[in-house]
Amino acid sequence: MYDPTVARLTYRALLGRRRALILFALPVLLVVIAALVRGITGADDQTASDVLGGFALATMVPLIGVIAGTGAIGPEIDDGSVVYLLSKPVKRPTIICTKLIVAIAVTMVFSAVPTLVAGLILNGNGQQIAVAYTVAALVASIAYAAIFLLLGTVTRHAVVFGLVYALVWEALFGSLVAGARTLSVQQWSVAVAHKVTGGDIVTSDVGLPAATVLLVAVTVLATWYAGRRLRALTLAGEE
Amino acid sequence: MTSINIDHVSRWFGNVVAVNDITMTIGPGVTGLLGPNGAGKSTLINMMGGFLAPSNGTVSLDGQQIWRNEQIYRHIGIVPEREAMYDFLTGREFVVANAELHGLGKKQAQQALATVEMEHAQDRKISTYSKGMRQRVKMASALVHEPSVLLLDEPFNGMDPRQRMQLMELLRRMGDEGRTVLFSSHILEEVEQLASHIEVIVAGRHAASGDFRKIRRLMTDRPHRYVIRSSDDRALAAALIADPSTAGIEVDLKEGALRVQAVDFGRFTTLLPQVAREHGIRLLTVSPSDESLESVFSYLVAA
Ligand SMILES: Nc1ncnc2c1ncn2[C@@H]1O[C@H](COP(=O)(O)OP(=O)(O)O)[C@@H](O)[C@H]1O
Ligand SMILES: [Mg+2]
Repeated sequence: MYDPTVARLTYRALLGRRRALILFALPVLLVVIAALVRGITGADDQTASDVLGGFALATMVPLIGVIAGTGAIGPEIDDGSVVYLLSKPVKRPTIICTKLIVAIAVTMVFSAVPTLVAGLILNGNGQQIAVAYTVAALVASIAYAAIFLLLGTVTRHAVVFGLVYALVWEALFGSLVAGARTLSVQQWSVAVAHKVTGGDIVTSDVGLPAATVLLVAVTVLATWYAGRRLRALTLAGEE
Repeated sequence: MTSINIDHVSRWFGNVVAVNDITMTIGPGVTGLLGPNGAGKSTLINMMGGFLAPSNGTVSLDGQQIWRNEQIYRHIGIVPEREAMYDFLTGREFVVANAELHGLGKKQAQQALATVEMEHAQDRKISTYSKGMRQRVKMASALVHEPSVLLLDEPFNGMDPRQRMQLMELLRRMGDEGRTVLFSSHILEEVEQLASHIEVIVAGRHAASGDFRKIRRLMTDRPHRYVIRSSDDRALAAALIADPSTAGIEVDLKEGALRVQAVDFGRFTTLLPQVAREHGIRLLTVSPSDESLESVFSYLVAA
């Protein structure tokens, strides 16, 4: 279910594109914000939770998920170079799984690691807040990568749809409409963070069992469907 | 022996019928898929390459279905028409990656690069390559597993004459080795020079099949035009017009030539030298003036 050559082509394509700059810029921004907040307000658990929950988990993780997830396959399908992968006796699910693993790894590295660093700067992991949000970012990375990888196989406008989902649905709707919060990767991963801290400083609208089931279900379904899409991918002539 | 069987295949895109009930078999040797732009060549090749499902009919390789069968790529090599490849890699990295995806390694990649004579530029980024160099690296990536079938969509597009000759030489060699090589083109000269067998498609339909001579023969009931220069144009014209195989003659004084329109191709070709000999006229040049496939196309479309 993993092909090292597909993995190499995928991460080189991902990190070699101009879009990859955002992968570096967002984590830097988070760490800078953390340092400023710490400097201004001092170490405060609630503030740390607000920054990590409000910016890192709500905005940065989904954005990096969009770039890594759609970028792992979308551009190849757009420009047609995916032919070179598809004209090989490599199982389509293997191609998708490999690309998913790369997308997850990239999302994790560029979102969970800076979340941990920012958390340590903000309050030195008091009440386990830094670790809790890092775990949440790791969990969310998996689901986002799977969803946005699927999006990359479905539409040419994957980045736009991905951004709309990440910014409008997750960040805006999620904080206003109760129903949207139940169907939000962010809330599911916060449920995991809640479990890690054990306290009430991190709370989610979704219980841990439901969150776990939803996270696994979404990841598996998205990956399965992306594999199907790739199997029946049609390459028509130039329009 | 490997052959591709196309059995009553149609493909439509919405209301556009790109390929219309085509049945043909592509066997070993070099076959040219000839047709004007928009004829359905790419659509047909994409179906042979497993990248497009037929709306109707089946496309198979020695009895194995091609669509949704990735194991078929052990036997097929594909040179796509589109430009995009992994531009951020060097030529060598690209061909090695293609070899690895076939379960092969650096050795086979190096061999393929040598075959297409790209070793001198193999460590440059693909983004710096000329069109012809790209085409050759694509070719190397398609050859790396020594496939028995090679599919090429408009492979000579944008190549300079020297590169064109090299690629033709390579494809001819592959055909001689018993591989099944199919390439598409909308240019008569390319197909004429390279293909031992030609399939003509026009407006999605299979218009003709055979070697170049056979296709010409199919056209013999069509008026043929010749430009003839001789030692005595007027006398020749008078003698030719007496025969029913000659439909019309024009004496072009400025060019110093005769423009002859013949209706019976076979009869005219035996008549001409005979008449010349009888009248003591020397034939200087006899050349067909519209034997291009463009005229064949328009004839086929009208039929
Ligand atoms: N993806 C597509 N959507 C709609 N029409 C298409 C598509 N691909 C090809 N066609 C149409 O099918 C016909 C054949 O196209 P194509 O196979 O590319 O021809 P050729 O390669 O011979 O130039 C054309 O009329 C073209 O416009
Ligand atoms: Mg074409």
